[in-house]
Amino acid sequence: MKYEITIGIECHVQLKTKTKLFSEVDNDARDKEPNSCVSPVDYALPGMLPRLNKEAVKLAIRAGYALNSKINLYSRFDRKHYFYPDLPKGYQISQFYHPIIGEGYMELPNGTKVRIEHAHMEEDAGKLTHFGSYSLVDLNRAGTPLIEIVSMPDIHSAADARDYCKELWRAMTYAGVTYGDLYNGNMRFDVNISLAKPGAKELGRRAEIKNLNSFRSVERAVEYEYDRQSKILDEGGTVKQETRGWSDASGKTTSQRSKEEAQDYRYMPEPDLPPLRLTEDFVKEEQDKVPLLPRDYRKSFKGKLPEDTLEVLLDYQPLMDSLSKVKDVKRISNLYASVLLAEEKSYEMLNDLPSAKQLDDLAEMAEKQELSSTGMKEVFMKLFDPQMKNKATRDIAKELNVIQENDTGALEKIVDEVLSDPACAKAIADYKSGQEKVLGFLVGQVMKASKGKANPGTAGQILKEKLA
Amino acid sequence: MKIADKTTSAVSMVKEALEKAKQYEDYHIFVSLNEENALKKAKEIDEKIARGENPGLLAGVPYALKDNFLSEEGNTTASSKILEPFHAPITATAVEKLEKEGAIMLGRVNLDSFAHGSSTENSYFGPTKNSKDKTRVAGGSSGGSAVSVALDIVQFATGTDTGGSIRQPASFNGVYGFKPTYGTISRYGVVAMASSLDCVGFFASDPEDIDLLMTICSGQDPKDQTTLPDFYDQQIGDPRRAIRVMRAGSPGAELGEGAPSDDSWGSTQQDPNTPATSQFAAQKIGIVKDFDKGLSPEIKQAYEQEIETLKEQGYEIVELDMPTLKYALPVYYIIQPAEVASNLSRHDGIRYGFRAENIESLEDIYGKSRSEGFMPENKRRIMIGNFVLSSGFYDAYFLKAAKARTLIIKEYDEAFEKCDFILTPVSPNPAFKLGEKVSDPLSMYMEDVLSVPLNLAGLPGLAFPVGKTADGLDLGLQLVGPRRSDKRLLTFAKELKEQK
Repeated sequence: MKYEITIGIECHVQLKTKTKLFSEVDNDARDKEPNSCVSPVDYALPGMLPRLNKEAVKLAIRAGYALNSKINLYSRFDRKHYFYPDLPKGYQISQFYHPIIGEGYMELPNGTKVRIEHAHMEEDAGKLTHFGSYSLVDLNRAGTPLIEIVSMPDIHSAADARDYCKELWRAMTYAGVTYGDLYNGNMRFDVNISLAKPGAKELGRRAEIKNLNSFRSVERAVEYEYDRQSKILDEGGTVKQETRGWSDASGKTTSQRSKEEAQDYRYMPEPDLPPLRLTEDFVKEEQDKVPLLPRDYRKSFKGKLPEDTLEVLLDYQPLMDSLSKVKDVKRISNLYASVLLAEEKSYEMLNDLPSAKQLDDLAEMAEKQELSSTGMKEVFMKLFDPQMKNKATRDIAKELNVIQENDTGALEKIVDEVLSDPACAKAIADYKSGQEKVLGFLVGQVMKASKGKANPGTAGQILKEKLA
Repeated sequence: MKIADKTTSAVSMVKEALEKAKQYEDYHIFVSLNEENALKKAKEIDEKIARGENPGLLAGVPYALKDNFLSEEGNTTASSKILEPFHAPITATAVEKLEKEGAIMLGRVNLDSFAHGSSTENSYFGPTKNSKDKTRVAGGSSGGSAVSVALDIVQFATGTDTGGSIRQPASFNGVYGFKPTYGTISRYGVVAMASSLDCVGFFASDPEDIDLLMTICSGQDPKDQTTLPDFYDQQIGDPRRAIRVMRAGSPGAELGEGAPSDDSWGSTQQDPNTPATSQFAAQKIGIVKDFDKGLSPEIKQAYEQEIETLKEQGYEIVELDMPTLKYALPVYYIIQPAEVASNLSRHDGIRYGFRAENIESLEDIYGKSRSEGFMPENKRRIMIGNFVLSSGFYDAYFLKAAKARTLIIKEYDEAFEKCDFILTPVSPNPAFKLGEKVSDPLSMYMEDVLSVPLNLAGLPGLAFPVGKTADGLDLGLQLVGPRRSDKRLLTFAKELKEQK
């Protein structure tokens, strides 16, 4: 690479609280009429005061745990001022001077450590929709609790930028902090990118790409910026410090606001909220509630699963949770990765996985060769059938009639029948004359006679012995 | 407090008050009268009394509401153009508590627009006149409140005090004006001026009435997280304590998801200096060295006279050296405008209130609506406030002022180790002439020099009348107590009044 790229990422995470950060109205505005989830506080009537949501504080504590960060027992809120119709108070309540979440780090699958500078709580703004000569304001989202996670400039490739965002997404969803619905803006990424000659002591001038909402767009935007900025530097120019927007459709970033136009936010301590003082016990109690995180699964499955399978499955917390409870991790993980995830409706199926007992039985039957690999997949899929929910795996296999015949006595009988069948005489003669590949035909005949229940391996074995 | 009962009907009390309000129309006290609602409510109270039901502790008492309290009755204008059309869909906690006890809002009274001022001359609707001399100011910002009580139109009035807005007009009009400890009464539903300084308080002609109002209106409010845990009625054997116990079970006291239901996650300010609840008798009165400098002769004389009287009554006078207090005014005029600028940002012409005409762009909505909707003094404070908060100036101004504020708090804490209360003048002079200072903002700000230190420290302060000038103008002084000494302070004032 001609230039070294340095990337720092700010990530906004919407918290999945029932009510808003500072008021008691519904925080879930999906499928609701515009401006129907708005309290006088969110609407910023005069005389209204914020009332801090305890649940949001709890989720921030969880987030801090997932970020390997320490929780600051003393934090407080500040006002960030700017005028825009989506910001009813004319300021956003945020944490500028004393954030709740201190330094931490995220580790990427390839081992790269990205340090977290801090993370703070703040409220989301409303939404504007523009129609030519006028715009409409919807304040349903105004006051939704957010945490903003600020990384150090520790990322040096588009792939790592993507992976970092994905790891954040995994950590935040596993920890139960957010619904993590990227399409609906539950997590949004602002990516700061600068280029410098390798070995340069100072970082180059940076551009900030705002509001990316998919891992793919993070990666593409970084790649595009690398090309754009390196071209400027190649021509001896300087990169402008500015905010840029990304278009998925055009695959390009475009300038939105330059540094000179940047706002002075006039931060001020929020006088309407007393400082937030937490106790060690309160923090610990909340952090103890955090379930296993990707980093825990990586540790416990290390060596037990191929890394690429693990990385695929880590996107699905329910699968990891299920895997952590089964005995035959390898077999079940394979079923999840290659059978379940190949299903068109796998996303819905994830919500209702078979029990550990059902899966253990399935693996055991496969291990004992009572199920062929086809039979195992068939039974596995049947375990997702709501009507099979409470049935034992073996009963399902019986119902499907896929249990393999491993009883040699019974098999020998069938083999004898096949060998005495005149239709097989030619094949037998051919085999004896050295054409071993006709054995397959004979195994097929045994399978047919057994109505598919014979274990083909065992059948072949018996045939060989009898024809020797 | 004279309340309605079987002999005096609420309707007759309200009617009488309405008549007086109209009789004194030329003082320009009321922004709007609540005639229809008031009479309707009075009738309901009378019916309750007739049925033998409890009509409340303030049954049928007409009161004046400073027009920066939200209430569903009438528009809440804050005496500004920008809020002139604003009708609130909710009612302030303090107002709710008053009405629950049967008090009847007679009308909304005038103030300096958004409480910015010391004379009520900054009101968009014009100034309120002094109760003793119509060529002089009522004081401010709660000028309408003070005059409505001074002219005996109502028995009490609500006020807000950010830097003296209750105490100064009280002293200009010869009534009692009380600013409680910061966080004693909920600010929910009160148009904010400077949030870390704003206090809801009262005007009345007797400290005992104020005590009753405090008992009713004080208390932690889940809707205002800066309110202190209940303390007011826990001091000195309080006959009305039973009322409080009753109210604790009311639906309004329930906590929601967002409220601090306990302190384990620590969202409420805890003050370790909760005063003892035992019987208390004031002995030592502090006076601040050099605080008598720059006083008008009348105020100076009244101050010295009061000190002499206290001595004669057996109180020990302690002189306090409080060198940091001289920074209180500049500190106040940094912190206050900063919070003002921030709090006024919501008045943007987008969602409610006044919006300018001939709008062509978003900038027009903001620029024109705010330019036309705010008074010059509002704009001055917005400018100062944004300046001291702007990047590069924050450390030099706001942060430094915040640090100095901490020193002022400390200095008061130390002072109260040496005395029970501090006695000071409220303002350097009696009511001045209308128009005298309005074009000289600095001299207007100087009006606050003796009143703002308390607000910075969150202390309770009571302005009380001490006589008149030769021209018949009212003179007042103030008593300052430590945080949460509100009840003691009012009790002491009662004693002083009785001794006179």
